[in-house]
Amino acid sequence: MADLENSTDDSIIICEDVHKWFDDFHVLRGITTSFERAEKVVICGPSGSGKSTFIRTINRLETHQRGRIIVDGIELSDDLRNIERIRQEVGMVFQQFNLFPHLTVLENITLSPIWVKKTARSQAESEALALLERVGIEEHAHKLPAQISGGQQQRVAIARALAMQPRIMLFDEPTSALDPEMINEVLDVMRELAASGMTMLVVTHEMGFAREVADRIIFMDEGKIVEEAPPAVFFDNPQNERTQLFISQTLQH
Amino acid sequence: MKNRLPENVSEKIPFWRDIRVLRVLFQVIFLIGVVLLAGILYTNMLRGLRGLGLTLNLDFLNDEAGFGISEGIAYDPSDTYLKAFWVGVVNTVKVSIIGIACATILGLVVGIARLSSNWLVRNIAAIYIECFRNIPLLLQILFWYTTVILQLPSVRTSFTFFGSVFINQRGIYLPSPQPTSGMKIWLGCLAGGLIVAAILYLVRLRKLQQLEQPGFPAKWALPAFLLVALLGWFLTPGKPFTLELPALRGFNFGGGIHLSPEFSALLIGLVMYTGAFIAEVVRSGIQSVVRGQWEAARAIGLNEFQTLRLIVLPQAFRVIAPPLTSQYLNLTKNSSLAVAIGFPDLFNIGNTMMNQTGQSIPIFAMIMMSYLCISLTTSAYMNWYNRRINRIG
Ligand SMILES: Nc1ncnc2c1ncn2[C@@H]1O[C@H](COP(=O)(O)OP(=O)(O)O)[C@@H](O)[C@H]1O
Ligand SMILES: [Mg+2]
Repeated sequence: MADLENSTDDSIIICEDVHKWFDDFHVLRGITTSFERAEKVVICGPSGSGKSTFIRTINRLETHQRGRIIVDGIELSDDLRNIERIRQEVGMVFQQFNLFPHLTVLENITLSPIWVKKTARSQAESEALALLERVGIEEHAHKLPAQISGGQQQRVAIARALAMQPRIMLFDEPTSALDPEMINEVLDVMRELAASGMTMLVVTHEMGFAREVADRIIFMDEGKIVEEAPPAVFFDNPQNERTQLFISQTLQH
Repeated sequence: MKNRLPENVSEKIPFWRDIRVLRVLFQVIFLIGVVLLAGILYTNMLRGLRGLGLTLNLDFLNDEAGFGISEGIAYDPSDTYLKAFWVGVVNTVKVSIIGIACATILGLVVGIARLSSNWLVRNIAAIYIECFRNIPLLLQILFWYTTVILQLPSVRTSFTFFGSVFINQRGIYLPSPQPTSGMKIWLGCLAGGLIVAAILYLVRLRKLQQLEQPGFPAKWALPAFLLVALLGWFLTPGKPFTLELPALRGFNFGGGIHLSPEFSALLIGLVMYTGAFIAEVVRSGIQSVVRGQWEAARAIGLNEFQTLRLIVLPQAFRVIAPPLTSQYLNLTKNSSLAVAIGFPDLFNIGNTMMNQTGQSIPIFAMIMMSYLCISLTTSAYMNWYNRRINRIG
């Protein structure tokens, strides 16, 4: 069995033979890998290969049925307290932004500091404004999500996830729902975040971003990790033929 | 500038092609039509009445009603018809308000239960909903009345709870508080307690604002008030009020609060029936909130209850409000089925008045106007509430 040889003391996430079924559909078929602190990992692979499902098991939006996942020393199980702690450690950004439409941009960001961390409102608000400044949209703090563009909404979503001061950020195709001219403003924020030392797991089809930012690229197919390698090796000298096919198809457009 | 607009042809549009003129014209024609129709109906009605030897006036309302009414506000058969009608209005409003409150709570709980991840809870909710909304309400009210309440034990063998609540075939008897001479002193204590509580409330509110945390500003005020109230209760010579227990007097219970079998059956019927519809409204409202909202709320660490309260219900309410209003209106209008079990509501009393006076047209008009007023008030309140709660248009 593939063991945890590669996981070091510095591993912040350890996955060991993770399996998941949706009813009798076997989505994740034994995923074993680990992620270092401050590592940037891009996950790619064909649609339906289980990329979203995999990163969603890491903050337990999905449960796994076999194997173990340990995030920052906390084992993911049905223990409610562990789930609560994990959700504060791990921030997530969704393809569809999922901002709360009935709350202003600022309220979207301060909601969880105020209700979950019990931070004082004024402190939560000044921290939120600082985050908005960091993602470059402080002037829209008092608008509703519907009043700003898609790129701005996704940047608010990143700020909302950062407001809990997580150690790990998960991105599930953060630019796939955006108009082309807005993709870069979101990628820029992610580049800045990567430079700041955040541990990042990014599912994306932006291969330029992957080559530039990732420490490692994981290629998934049919619920398994088929290949994982640093970008230089992954793009220029892929070992697996499914990876070769995927890369040649993706880089064509 | 090369591309110039063609010369503005200021040709006048003939009025039969001018949209602005046509719009006004159609409205005028429509209005004339409505007025004509109403006029024809009115003169026709007057002619018919004259043929029957009746006139259209409301003088009869000041005549003595002469019939008894089984329950409601103070009334005597020697009172006027107008008073009798008013008794009916109050009874209808009473059963509607209590019914709406109970049906809302029942519907909210069942609607959320319907979506529970617990198999048993979810299916019990589903069975309740399907049973109660698919059986005619009239049947349900008659069922509660004849096969449940009237089949309860006789007065002498009532179901008894805590020695103070009695349920039997004559209805439900609850204890009622009766003030004594100590009441004034105790009320004084309560007023004092209220002042203390108000001060504490403000202090706590200020404190919360300083800490800037969400919280319950009455956290100190409420216990303080209860404490003063309790102290006053023990310090007052004699008890401020006594609970008047229903007691068997001769062949029946006296004292306490009495819910008649008719009122109970009507209320239970309306609440169970409307509650099932409200549960469906609540369920579909919650389901209208996309899954991504739940996921985003969980991902930032909110628990299930916070997610429901802060994220899902506020969004669901926008979808729930209009059908909820129409359920409230339905409950009010359906309360007229009271006539089937003899509860003296607006329609039932109006009916008796028509039989006695033969003044069916004005009485019908009065009944309709009353329902219309109640319904419009309900709608207006719901619209106001909806607007207040709703920030995104
Ligand atoms: N909630 C679900 N219920 C059943 N099947 C699901 C669910 N979510 C995803 N799937 C299935 O699991 C597979 C993997 O999905 P996903 O992880 O979203 O793939 P990817 O993100 O790589 O495109 C797909 O075939 C998808 O249809
Ligand atoms: Mg996906």
